[in-house]
Amino acid sequence: MSNKVIHAIYNDDDVLMDAVKQTRAAHHHIEEIYTPFPVHGLDKAMGLAPTRLAICAFIYGLVGLSIYTALMNFVMINDWPQDIGGKPSFSYIDNMPAFVPIMFEGTVFFAAHLMVITFYMRSKLWPFKQAENPDVRTTDDHFLMEVGIHGNEEELVSFFTSTGAVEVKVVEKH
Amino acid sequence: MYTFSSKLKTFSFVLMILGAIGIGIGFMAAPKTIEDVEKLLADSHHGHEAAHVEKVAPHAADAHVVADTVKAAETHVADSTHAEAHVAVDTAAHAVDTTVAAVAEAPAHTDNHDTHAKADAHSHDDHKAHLEHVLHQLQNKPWAALYVACIFFMLISVGVLAFYAIQYAAQAGWSPILFRVMEGITSYLLPGSIIFFIFLVAAGMHWGHNHLFVWMDPEVVNPESVKFDKLIFLKKGWLSVGRFLATAAIILVVWNFVRFKFRQNSLAQDSAEDNAPYKKNFKLAAFFLVFFIVSESIMSWDWIMSVDPHWYSTLFGWYVFASFFVSGITVIAMITLYLKSKGYLEHVNTSHIHDLAKFMFGISIFWTYLWFSQFMLIWYSNIPEEVTYFVTRIEHYKLPFFGMLALNFIFPLLILINTDFKRLTWIVVMAGIVILFGHYIDFFNMIMPATVGDQWFIGIPEIGALMFFLGLFIFVVFTALTKAPLVPKGNPFIEESKHFHY
Repeated sequence: MSNKVIHAIYNDDDVLMDAVKQTRAAHHHIEEIYTPFPVHGLDKAMGLAPTRLAICAFIYGLVGLSIYTALMNFVMINDWPQDIGGKPSFSYIDNMPAFVPIMFEGTVFFAAHLMVITFYMRSKLWPFKQAENPDVRTTDDHFLMEVGIHGNEEELVSFFTSTGAVEVKVVEKH
Repeated sequence: MYTFSSKLKTFSFVLMILGAIGIGIGFMAAPKTIEDVEKLLADSHHGHEAAHVEKVAPHAADAHVVADTVKAAETHVADSTHAEAHVAVDTAAHAVDTTVAAVAEAPAHTDNHDTHAKADAHSHDDHKAHLEHVLHQLQNKPWAALYVACIFFMLISVGVLAFYAIQYAAQAGWSPILFRVMEGITSYLLPGSIIFFIFLVAAGMHWGHNHLFVWMDPEVVNPESVKFDKLIFLKKGWLSVGRFLATAAIILVVWNFVRFKFRQNSLAQDSAEDNAPYKKNFKLAAFFLVFFIVSESIMSWDWIMSVDPHWYSTLFGWYVFASFFVSGITVIAMITLYLKSKGYLEHVNTSHIHDLAKFMFGISIFWTYLWFSQFMLIWYSNIPEEVTYFVTRIEHYKLPFFGMLALNFIFPLLILINTDFKRLTWIVVMAGIVILFGHYIDFFNMIMPATVGDQWFIGIPEIGALMFFLGLFIFVVFTALTKAPLVPKGNPFIEESKHFHY
């Protein structure tokens, strides 16, 4: 089985959207789409599953809240309950208003940073990472749809030409 | 065109009638004389509230209870021999006094001795003064119940008016489809503010034992009187009935005038050739928002903060604003969903609801931020003249005071954070009911402690007043909705709004 793919290149996001819909209707599997900017509604047109990053962030926020609550409880209440300016360090709830700014910032800190790190990990982004764009023009003003070839190559090429692609290439993928 | 469903109309009338009966019962049940109060207090001897038990139990042990409340046990141990002699007449008012004294002057030991000695000597006068105090609180109860419900519903319509003006000034593309709903809600402003103003006059003229605003009593600023209060005396340049009513009249007239012009221009735009009426509304919105933020601040000092004339807080105006603003947005969402469910708003989609729910969510958090900022700053520094505000609330209003935090913050936070939930009718309605109830409690917490003190209860007068104004609100708002088509035709953003998609 060869690893040939088709690179159909478009120069307009509206044309791309139409092409995606036609490709989906024709039951060709879209491997990847490269665009220079976010195209509104592209993920829905491609049928991509929604992201769960927000759920991650919520959980990370809860983790941060717990960590900072436990920290303040240990340090200020259990370990050394000093009288600092008459504040009631008898129990956590007695002195809680003073801890809220820390609890809040801790929650935001964990939610934000861990979510960003999750995003980097899930999208495999890091410094010195080898760039993956198959055509340099895709970062500037062209849109590229990559579709695996599983049947008649010529038929596929003519199909993508008919969707308004300015260029259709057959590429060997390693 | 919307037609007022006869069922809803009947429902609003039933609410108004039942509410009026409840208000009437509240006024009838209020005690008329000191003797009534004495009897009431004697009956509540067998009651449930610890405060009442403390009040009348003539035992030395009581001194400890009081001492506990005061949280200055040591101070009181020194006093306890002393305490036995006078506990028979130890009263709740006295307990509160000592609380304040102890909080304020815990190190000033001798001061406490003085207070007690005085209390001993004038025990009889104290008892009588206490009864009079409770009499005023109980007489205030139906008034305060009415006041909370009255200002709450009026400010909801003001909140919606502010939201409406913001939508115009910001040239929002999503909301014009909801403008007629908002205009319908703001139509309550006129009847609401008329009733409210009559109420303020009633307070200023002391009709029917109305003592909601203690500074309105001329004796209080009379240096010859026993009731003389220097702090209020020093504020009398601001706190005078004439100035108070005049300011209220100006604010209410301008708000109503702006509302009237908004509606007039909005209706004119429906048949206009160009966008002239729209542009007028845009300019009016810009003017109104400037006027609003100033008048809102002043009205929060006058109508709400001045029930506690010894207390002041800088961000109070914002805090009040956040409270009724989120209530207003919630009411927009709920009435939109109601009309949508009846099939009147075909262009309103889940994205509009999603946006409203986001506002409900965001402003709920904003309210909490202001609530906490106000509470925490005062709690942290614990300056006696500021902190008594929260001391009385935490002591006598623990459940409403902290309960509203669950209603207004934790519940919306957890339920409205989810994008999918914000599109579900039943979730938004449920969150809306909780938010509205929570903000009613918020206003309750702002007014009641200063007017009825520890005599509060959510009983017939409170529920009656709430029902009456809810019925009136439904009647006025839905009547106004029948007066104009629900889609504002000529608005330049209406097409965008119809196709709004998020």
